[in-house]
Amino acid sequence: MKWIADAARELVALFVDDGSLAIAVLAWVAIAVLAFPALPVDGSWLAIALFAGLALILVENLLRTARRRPRN
Amino acid sequence: MIDWAHAGPSVLAAFLASLVEFVEALTVVLAVGTVRGWRSALAGAGLALLTLAILVIALGPALARIPLATVQLVVGTLLLLFGLRWLRKAILRAAGIVALHDETAAYAAETDLLSHGPRHFLAGWDTVAVTASFKIVMLEGIEVVFIVIAIGAVSGLLVPAGIGAAAALLLVIALGVVLHRPLARIPENTLKFLVGVLLSAFGAFWVGEGAGLAWPGADWSILGLIAAFLALALSMVALCRARSLSAERPT
Repeated sequence: MKWIADAARELVALFVDDGSLAIAVLAWVAIAVLAFPALPVDGSWLAIALFAGLALILVENLLRTARRRPRN
Repeated sequence: MIDWAHAGPSVLAAFLASLVEFVEALTVVLAVGTVRGWRSALAGAGLALLTLAILVIALGPALARIPLATVQLVVGTLLLLFGLRWLRKAILRAAGIVALHDETAAYAAETDLLSHGPRHFLAGWDTVAVTASFKIVMLEGIEVVFIVIAIGAVSGLLVPAGIGAAAALLLVIALGVVLHRPLARIPENTLKFLVGVLLSAFGAFWVGEGAGLAWPGADWSILGLIAAFLALALSMVALCRARSLSAERPT
């Protein structure tokens, strides 16, 4: 059974390296799917907002990591 | 008729991502072949490639039976997680915060491990060597299969994306046969950086489509997303480098 656990762990590791990045991306995608269609805003602006949110998530994660870790 | 707004980036992403993965697999297969013999090393790699081909043939067309919006959302979200993970790591490596991957060091470590490892034979096959070779090709190959299916199946470009991956496989095999050593001079982080940009752009596009949002310029917005993620990633390399340096300075 160990190999099944190992394979599952490897599979998750394909998509998740930093847990906080994965959770933030999933939360933003959920908001885009569930809340965006109800907003009285043009669809093009909502698509741009989707990208902007993802960009912000990446920037915040990178800056937090850069502050925490010294250079090699 | 081929939609080049999708086809060009799809084939490029499949080729570059596969190149990175197959180079990593080649390092271990070379180590296994050199230390434990080529018969077992190639048998393990061949078995893994066969399994991967069956996965593509089975899973690719199966995706076509699921409603398009659902596939776009699920595949788009997975592409985002996968692409942003690669992009994050490539930016941190380019900024000097995370060490670069070194194929020569990986080859030396694997050779050392295999030289001192146990030797079990089954019907003349070195099972440790077959398993090591099979495992690395499967592990790296699963990522290739995911990328090919994700970017190929959703946009109806499974064959062009598959050709991109197959071209990378042939290139790596040819270089491995000719050079007989790890491909340490391939700019792995630059490739991962570009693939991270491409997959993040595809992921954002598919999630938007799946959620029913209207991208400005329709399919052509993929090129805009690629440019936007690339500009963001390049500026983040400089910003992370500066932020990391300022964090090191004593206050």
